[in-house]
This record gives sequence, structure tokens and C-alpha cells, in this order.
Amino acid sequence: MKLELMKVIVKSVSWGDRTEILKDGTLKVNKKELLEHVSDEENLKSIDAEIALPGESVRITPVKDAIQPRYKVEGGGQVFPGMVSDVESVGEGKTIVLEGAAVITCGRIVGFQEGIVDMSGKGAEYTPFSKTCNVVLVFEPKEGIEVYAYEKACRLAGLKAAMYLAKCVHEAGVTPDKTETFEIPPFARSMKEFPGLPKVAYLYMLQTQGLLHDTYVYGVDAKRILPTIIHPNETMDGAIVSGNCVSACDKNSTYVHQNNPVIRSLYERHGKDINFVGVIITNENVTLADKRRSSSFAVKIAKMFGVDGVVISEEGFGNPDADLIMNCRRAEKAGVKTVLITDEYAGRDGASQSLADAAQEADAVVTAGNANMIIDLSPMEKVIGFTEYVNVIAGGFDGSLKPDGSIEVELQAITGATCELGFNKLGAETW
Amino acid sequence: MVKAIEATGIAVVHICTIVPISQTVGANRIVPAVAIPHPLGDPTKSHEEEKMIRRAILEKALEALKTPITEQTVFN
Amino acid sequence: MTYRIVHYINQFFAGIGGEEKAGTGPESKDGAIGPGMAFKAAFGSEAEIVGTVICGDGYFAENMDGASEKILKMISDFSPDAVIAGPAFNAGRYGTACGAVSEAVSKKLGIPVVTGMYPENPGVDMYRKGIYIVETSDSARGIKDAVPAMAKLIMKLLRAEPVGSPADEGYIERGVRVNCFQDKIGAERAVDMLVKKLKGEEFRTEYPMPVFDRVAPAEPIKDMKNAVIALVTSGGIVPKGNPDHIEASSATKYGTYSIAGVQSADEVAYATAHGGYDPTYANTDPNRVLPIDVLREMEKNGEFKKLYDYFFTTVGNGTPVANAKKFGTEIGARLKKDGVDAVILTST
Repeated sequence: MKLELMKVIVKSVSWGDRTEILKDGTLKVNKKELLEHVSDEENLKSIDAEIALPGESVRITPVKDAIQPRYKVEGGGQVFPGMVSDVESVGEGKTIVLEGAAVITCGRIVGFQEGIVDMSGKGAEYTPFSKTCNVVLVFEPKEGIEVYAYEKACRLAGLKAAMYLAKCVHEAGVTPDKTETFEIPPFARSMKEFPGLPKVAYLYMLQTQGLLHDTYVYGVDAKRILPTIIHPNETMDGAIVSGNCVSACDKNSTYVHQNNPVIRSLYERHGKDINFVGVIITNENVTLADKRRSSSFAVKIAKMFGVDGVVISEEGFGNPDADLIMNCRRAEKAGVKTVLITDEYAGRDGASQSLADAAQEADAVVTAGNANMIIDLSPMEKVIGFTEYVNVIAGGFDGSLKPDGSIEVELQAITGATCELGFNKLGAETW
Repeated sequence: MVKAIEATGIAVVHICTIVPISQTVGANRIVPAVAIPHPLGDPTKSHEEEKMIRRAILEKALEALKTPITEQTVFN
Repeated sequence: MTYRIVHYINQFFAGIGGEEKAGTGPESKDGAIGPGMAFKAAFGSEAEIVGTVICGDGYFAENMDGASEKILKMISDFSPDAVIAGPAFNAGRYGTACGAVSEAVSKKLGIPVVTGMYPENPGVDMYRKGIYIVETSDSARGIKDAVPAMAKLIMKLLRAEPVGSPADEGYIERGVRVNCFQDKIGAERAVDMLVKKLKGEEFRTEYPMPVFDRVAPAEPIKDMKNAVIALVTSGGIVPKGNPDHIEASSATKYGTYSIAGVQSADEVAYATAHGGYDPTYANTDPNRVLPIDVLREMEKNGEFKKLYDYFFTTVGNGTPVANAKKFGTEIGARLKKDGVDAVILTST
């Protein structure tokens, strides 16, 4: 399977008459057309759109998802299959990518639990989305709407917007700034390639714990899947999309699924140090039987591949720590060497135990940082969304929001700050 | 929390879904629950059936509290 | 300004005598004595050793609480800005004394304190969590290196400058997890680590797995029919409106609420404050997490004597173990006092 990502570098975003990319890298967006394209009168009372650029004194909250604009121009299927496109398989052909741009969805809160993105200041150092030029969609739900329906409406509007932007840029005519090619041949061939190099797979854990804690694969709620094989290229076409943003620091937004850094890093070493043979997706469900079934099944697939090692990435914390440890233990017992990526909840002072579960077999762990760390966010000139929820979102506490508009929160509340796909440079050490 | 209460000498039974975490952390008397969002219930069942499920778990919990143990024990 | 520093040492370094004088009780002297002279030189004009407090190692070991209190009083009489203790090198009782004094200074006087020990000194394991212990060699020959390192660290603390990593500053790891930006992103670090692990090369985990402590199982209830049972939950069920504002995640507090006369945790009066799971089911029927309804039935049937009049609740979502432990200790103490026989603790 071969996929070419045709990257168009976006350096800024502004409103205009036509949605297109200018020669200087400015993404022009026809706001009216965009809003018409994503409107959902049945579920949403209103949708507005705003622009947030790197370095601006802007705070966006409560953030639900971030999505990178992409659109397939060749090959089967279309981006976000099963969500806003048909269910055909993706991952082959050519896909336009608006690199440097993101759609951020933001709207009245559903539960407790959505994130903060600051475009400048201290908070900006921690979120990946302070570095992207953002088109922000702001939602108001219809009164009396059921939470599940509201959550779904927000999710779909974000995906539609991302696809719309990339599609318009493509249709307006564009030459990509660079093209990246990703290819792994069919198993029959890939298994024989690079004799002497260890075979490696990626065990990709998806958060699937219910409302605001879900992930979708080709439109299927991942809590209902058995672990399965997915080609790494499929993720680049949006086969996996986020339905969650609780404790926003370590929930994978759609953007990081599209740009999964583990897949990217494995591709980089492919043919040099390792033979990257595939990706196994699994879930993090809420009953013990489900956890055991998925863990057993996922490791069995790894054994069927005959891999020597796996990278295992967790999503979230708490009971998913049990899934992570179970996956690690079973794999190591099966003779498959593991490296885990997690984050930590070591307390505000860093003195507590970081994970809810532990095992001696987990001797190779990468950490994305302590999510309990307190961070002070200075006031911003402009707020997109609604700050009144800051006291109740995960990572916030009574008194988080100060009268001057500054916010004292745990890193937990910052979207993508401790991403367990290893998206950031943040880590933690014992001092 | 379980351990700190038990350290005062009061017997504690931990009703939880993710038994392995409870085992790792060190609860002594463990009774498995139904699911994380509804440890002592099952929304797919009728109210009466749910209460039966709840009662069965709690009876097991009392049984656990009555049972002398020397090491971590899961009461299935 | 010149900072005022008090130095704590044992009878040996004070020149009083060796083991035969270890029973010497606490005493206080103006100015610097013994190793204090070296510190004085290291501080220059920025800080001054205004007094030295001395205690025999044997005396301290046998009268820990009383000695600590007296020593603390003597220290505070000098109105110091900071305290240094030792270094104790590999002397076990001296290390323990330096650790205990340092911890007391830090907790009760709230001023900077630094001590120094050899990593295998038993005082290290006992006190490393709360205080800065500079790593020294195992004998007094290491004083030349210990003094500048300790002096540098205490000056940093006095000037309220950020303290760097153990490797940079020379102190022994306190077991505190600190966020740091690394050179590479996490995913690249993970693949690097896997390549090394597969090649059989040395690699360093970024998070060594903890070893959890254990508590001996409590005695079982012999007479359930006469037992008082308390209900505790980490599932965040609270009276509607969450009156004590328990956090959705990383809880810093727990709630104590009366259930005297309450027959069921119904959805009118109760809801969950927990941010880590889908709250729909718990909010529709909070008994699914806090099973008051069935427990009342069992109480009526005489299966046990009484459901304790209060329940305790917190949110177990990302809540640090240290907080959970503190909640448990407080709850346990109250239950013990009120004669509760057993606890049912539910978690989500």
C-alpha cells in the first residue's frame, strides 16, 4: 500500500471571498460558505467561526477536538471514512494536506471535561495547537438536546470543516510544497524484506470508555471492535477519529491520529534498524472481561505477525493503565519486547506514584510528563469560547479562574499537553 | 485509600471493576464489580434485576468481611 | 543583606568527643565551630553562621522527639534565614539526626535547609523525600567537596532561585517527578528505546516502576449481625450541586455527608462529580455507585446491624496516591473513633 501526502504549507489564515491558498501561504476562507457547509440545524442552535493564529493573545476553551484539513485526490475512499465519507477503505493514492493548519472545535460543555488552547504565553509551550493556524468552530447546542447527539454533532461539524478546507484548496488549484511517500508492501512480501532486521509492530490503544471517551474507526465505535490490523497509511487518511477530550492533555485529538508520531518514527527507522510490519489497534473498555479479551487478542495478533518488538501507546490514565500493563505483560511473556508510552499523574508536587498499575516487565517506558503539574496561564486579550467552565473541567479546580482572567490549572486541562502518542518533547525525570 | 483505612485495623472490602489495579495497589479483600461507569448496576437490565445484581455483590462483600485471610483475596 | 544561618552538628564534629561523649544533650553556641569554619569560608560575605547547635548522636537516637523539639527551639532562637546540618557522611545515627532536624526545620520553621550524606547512610532513605541531601563521600575526607556543594545549594534556596536536577546540583534524588522538555519527541524516544532493547543494548526507562507497599489484612468481622458498616466511594457520588466542590479529577478533598434516614441514593438528591467515566449511568441511578438502597434493605433484614450515618466520597480520577492516603487515614481515624466495624469501599 502506497500513499503520497501532498503537503501545502499554510502560514496564516484569513477570511476572504473564496476558500483557497495564496502564494504567500495564506489560507483564505469564505466564512459564510464554511458555516453553511457545516451547519446542523437539527442539533446546533448556532455555529460561529473564528481565527486563532500562533503568537496571538488568544485563549480557546472548552476545546473538543483538533483536526488537520485533508482531502483525497486519488485512490479509493475519502478522508474520515464512515464518519463524513463513505466507508470504503483508505490509505492508498494521494491526499492533500494543509500542513500548519487545524480546525479546532469548541463549544458549550457536555460533561466536565474539555481543554484549553492558548496561542501565546506559557500555556502555548505545552499544546501542539498553538503552533498551527486555526479555524475555530464555536457551537451552541439546541436546548434540550441529548448529550450524545450534541457530542456527535460537534464531532461531525469539525470533520466536515477540515475536509471542506482541503477540498476547496485542491479545487482552486494548488501545487504542493512537498510530497511525502509512505509504503509498506503486502505481508507476503514485507515479512521477507530486510532479513536480519527485527520485525516491529505498533500496538495502538484507543480510548473507549463512553461519552466523551470514545474513538471511532471507519465510523465504528472502537469499544465494539475486537483488536484488529490496520495499515499505518489508513490513519493518515483519518480512518481513526477522536470522540473524546476529557482530561484533554492525554486524549488523542483527530489531528494527532492523522499525524501519529509513533507511526512516523517507525517509518523513519523502517529498513534501517527495524522492519515495520504493521499496526494493531485495540481498545480500553470498562469491564475486566473486555480488557482481558482485547489484551489477549491484540497480543495474539502480534504473535501471528511473529514480531520481535512492539511500541505500545496508551490513551488516557487511570483504569487504562491496567490495559497498558496487561498488554505489556502478555507481550513480554510471549517473547515480544515492549516499549510503553504513557503519561503520569504524580500529584501536583510530583511525589506520588504516577500510574494506577505497575509491573516489573514494564522496564522500558517513555513518559509524556506529569499531568498534575500546576501551570499559571496569564489573561489573554481575546477568549474564543467560554471560560466559565474552567473551574469544573478536569485539571481545573474551585478558584482556577481568577477575576483578572488568568487561570491556574493542572497541565491536564491543556489540550494535547501530555499526548501519549509521544507528540511532544515534554517528559519527566525523577529529581 | 483502602490501605490507609485498613491500616487503622478496620476491615475494608474493595468493590471495583478493574481487579488487577486493586491487586497491584494492595487492597486485601476484593469483590469484582460490573463495569466502571456502573460498578453495582447494569443499565441494560430492569430496575428489579439491577437490585438483584447489587444485592449479590453486596452479599459477597459481607461474606468477604467475615472471611479470615492472610493475603490478597479476590472473592469471585 | 547577610543571611543568617544556623549549623547543626554532632558531638564529634563539635570537638566534644567520640562515642564516649555520644550521650551529650543538645546545646547551643554562638558562631561557627568545626566544619562550620569551612562553610563560613564558602559563604564569604553573603551569609554568616550565627550559631551552632550540637547534640550527641546517642542522645538524639534515644530521645528523638524530645531532642528534636529542644534543637528546633535552640535553632529558632537565633532567628535564622536557613539551616545547614552535617554533613554526616556515612555515620548512621548522625545522618538520621541531620535528616530529622532538617525535616523539622523545613516543616515547622518553613525556612530552607540542606544536609549532606553518603547515599547509603540510613538517614537518606528516611528523609530524602522531604529535604535536600547533598551527596557526599563516605568519610570526613570528603568535606572539601561537600561544603561548596551544600553552600551553593543553600544559597540558591535563600535567593529563591530555581533548583536544578540532582545531577546538576549534587543532591540525592528526592523521588519527585519533574516535567522537563527533552531533545526529541516522545515517539522518537520510544522507537530509539525499542531499537536498543531489541539489539540488547543498554537503555534507560524514563519511568522506573514503583513498588507498592502492603498493609496486613485486618481481622474479619466475627459477628456480622452486630456490625456497623460504613460506606466509602471513590466514584464521586455527592449531594447534587457538589456543595464542597470536589474536583472532577485530581481531587484534593473528600466529602462527608449524612445519610441518616436516607433510604436510597436517588437521582434527585445525588449525582457524580467524577470526570473519568461516562456519568450518565451514575447520574440516572446513583445507587449503582453508592448502593444505599440495597444496604438499607440488608440492614432492615438484620444481615448487619447498622449502616453508619455518614458516607465518605471522593473522586478517584487521577487523584494522587498521597492525597488518597491522607483521605483514608483521616476517614479511618474517624470511623475507628465512632466504633465502625467494617468498610465497603466502591470504586468506578
